[in-house]
Amino acid sequence: MIKKCLYVNRRAPYGTSYALEAIDVVLIGSAFDQDISLLFIDDGVFQLKSDQDTTGIEMKNFSSAYSAFEMYDVEKLYVSKEAMTARGLKKRDLVVDVEVLSDNAIKDLMDEHDVIFSF
Amino acid sequence: MSIEVNGKILETDKEGYLTDLSLWEPMVAEAMAKADKQELTSEHWEVINFLREFYAEFAMAPAVRILTRAIGKKLGKEKGNARYLYNLFPYGPGKQACRYAGLPKPSGCM
Amino acid sequence: MSILHTVNKSPFEKNNLESCLRYVKSGSAVLLIEDGIYAALKNTCFEKEMATAMKEVNFYCLAPDMKARGFSESKIMDGIKMVDYAGFVDLTIEYDKVQAWL
Repeated sequence: MIKKCLYVNRRAPYGTSYALEAIDVVLIGSAFDQDISLLFIDDGVFQLKSDQDTTGIEMKNFSSAYSAFEMYDVEKLYVSKEAMTARGLKKRDLVVDVEVLSDNAIKDLMDEHDVIFSF
Repeated sequence: MSIEVNGKILETDKEGYLTDLSLWEPMVAEAMAKADKQELTSEHWEVINFLREFYAEFAMAPAVRILTRAIGKKLGKEKGNARYLYNLFPYGPGKQACRYAGLPKPSGCM
Repeated sequence: MSILHTVNKSPFEKNNLESCLRYVKSGSAVLLIEDGIYAALKNTCFEKEMATAMKEVNFYCLAPDMKARGFSESKIMDGIKMVDYAGFVDLTIEYDKVQAWL
């Protein structure tokens, strides 16, 4: 049976390893033919900021991986409007195309899914 | 573990992948293939170069099913199938070719 | 005695910045590093609080951490100075001691 899986990302990249681990789990999970959605709330929206350049901190820049999600049939990316506003971010600041949802709509999004993975 | 290339010793992980990806050069692929008793033809290099370009663009090594589809788009349908790629890389196109290309183990690969 | 305070956590997630601003004295400095750099951005919900603190305290921001997270100098609040790693070292010498808000 196909389950609707929601991956919830709420941490900034680089300061902790949550964001990178989420990418690995999503890509592995995509092999199981499930219905996958990704949600970015709180500091998770910072993961999608364009123009990341990690040469100065000598860490791997994994932000281009989000552009590869489509090839893995991971096409549903959602971000919180309120999280973006609080952080001074606009949709055009992001590295991939996303759907911007209000926190109220996100409550329903969480309800609609069978399984929620948190990062 | 390590591999010797042109008199230099390069460190690898326990599965034989380069630990420092920036040290890759074509001779690394040749040396790894030789250790596997595998000859590298232009068809092999086509896949290896494709993987390196993919990694440069997306910062990850593709899983086999993604590689197959992407190769089909780029190099033609007759090459974008598992049989063709497994013939070239019998240990698995994802794992073996990525190793030769100096990439880490594919993401989304078990 | 003046202190260099460092903040390395996102203000949206942890209260390190708020604690730091509560205890920082006029004439001291705050250096934002790692996820702490998000406090330096324009148009965030912390902009007002930061602007008030900047009247009495020198603010710095570590450039490699800004760039890694996708922000250039034009995206940070006026009055916050960018420093590189060498500048970080200079600051630790310029101030009498360092208080790290971890």
